Amino acid sequence: MDRVPILKIGAVLLVSIQIDLEDQTVLALQEDLADRITRTGARGVIIDITAVDVVDSFIGRMFATIAAMSRLMDAETVVVGMRPAVAITLVELGLSLGGVRTALDLEKGMRLLGVAVPGADGR
Amino acid sequence: MTPDTTGGEITIASNDDVVRVRQLVRTAAAAAGLSLVDQTKIVTAASELARNTLIHGGGGSARVESAARAGRRPGVRITFTDDGPGIPDVDQALTEGWTSGGGLGLGLPGARRLVDEFELRTEPGAGTTVTVTKWPR
Ligand SMILES: Nc1ncnc2c1ncn2[C@@H]1O[C@H](COP(=O)(O)OP(=O)(O)OP(=O)(O)O)[C@@H](O)[C@H]1O
Ligand SMILES: [Mg+2]
Repeated sequence: MDRVPILKIGAVLLVSIQIDLEDQTVLALQEDLADRITRTGARGVIIDITAVDVVDSFIGRMFATIAAMSRLMDAETVVVGMRPAVAITLVELGLSLGGVRTALDLEKGMRLLGVAVPGADGR
Repeated sequence: MTPDTTGGEITIASNDDVVRVRQLVRTAAAAAGLSLVDQTKIVTAASELARNTLIHGGGGSARVESAARAGRRPGVRITFTDDGPGIPDVDQALTEGWTSGGGLGLGLPGARRLVDEFELRTEPGAGTTVTVTKWPR
């Protein structure tokens, strides 16, 4: 089973999903993230799904679980980079992910969490 | 030999087989000329049904093939088969939010909405077969 790496950038944990997720990998990522949030005191989590071409109910549920879990540990989660075809499919599947914050891309997600974006001008 | 991009059969016995089913369906859906959104829909439906085959059906198989229709371009058809316990009440199983345990009860009704044709055959004690088809527009 592959594991998804978690990067720490300042007070934010960044998870960039680059592999085809199997269910065990999803469960491991939830646990790894909970652990990293408590150990680092991170205030935000960004899950970048720019490279993800399918989100089924299991993966979608992970976003909701991570968002709820991080909130209990005083960290905010933002899912960034959802492809249009994935968004359309999720709604039709019946998973609207109401409690999950999203942003169109990584930079907007960082801003949403109040993180200074390196290289971006200060507008 | 050139790889067959229109179909194949995959045994579903573990979580990574579910990933393999998604990948094969993606290849077949692209080869059939489905739009990106329709590819995503059939791959997502296949992921739900493959997981049901694994978890509820105790494992089985997925067959991916080209579906013919008179005078129209061929579509993608996937047949999920297992020899598991079967589904005692199909209407209930297809009801949004109904689960026999653990899930959200989203997989079957959701997969049904995502495809053009959906057929479920099951008998208690004799397993379950779900066939879904998506046509290019
Ligand atoms: N292949 C199968 N064999 C036996 N029972 C099945 C099969 N597929 C589905 N079912 C039954 O139908 C119910 C509804 O399935 P559905 O996929 O909608 O929900 P779920 O799998 O319970 O949860 P979710 O898919 O949201 O994780 C299941 O809980 C299970 O009882
Ligand atoms: Mg299911």
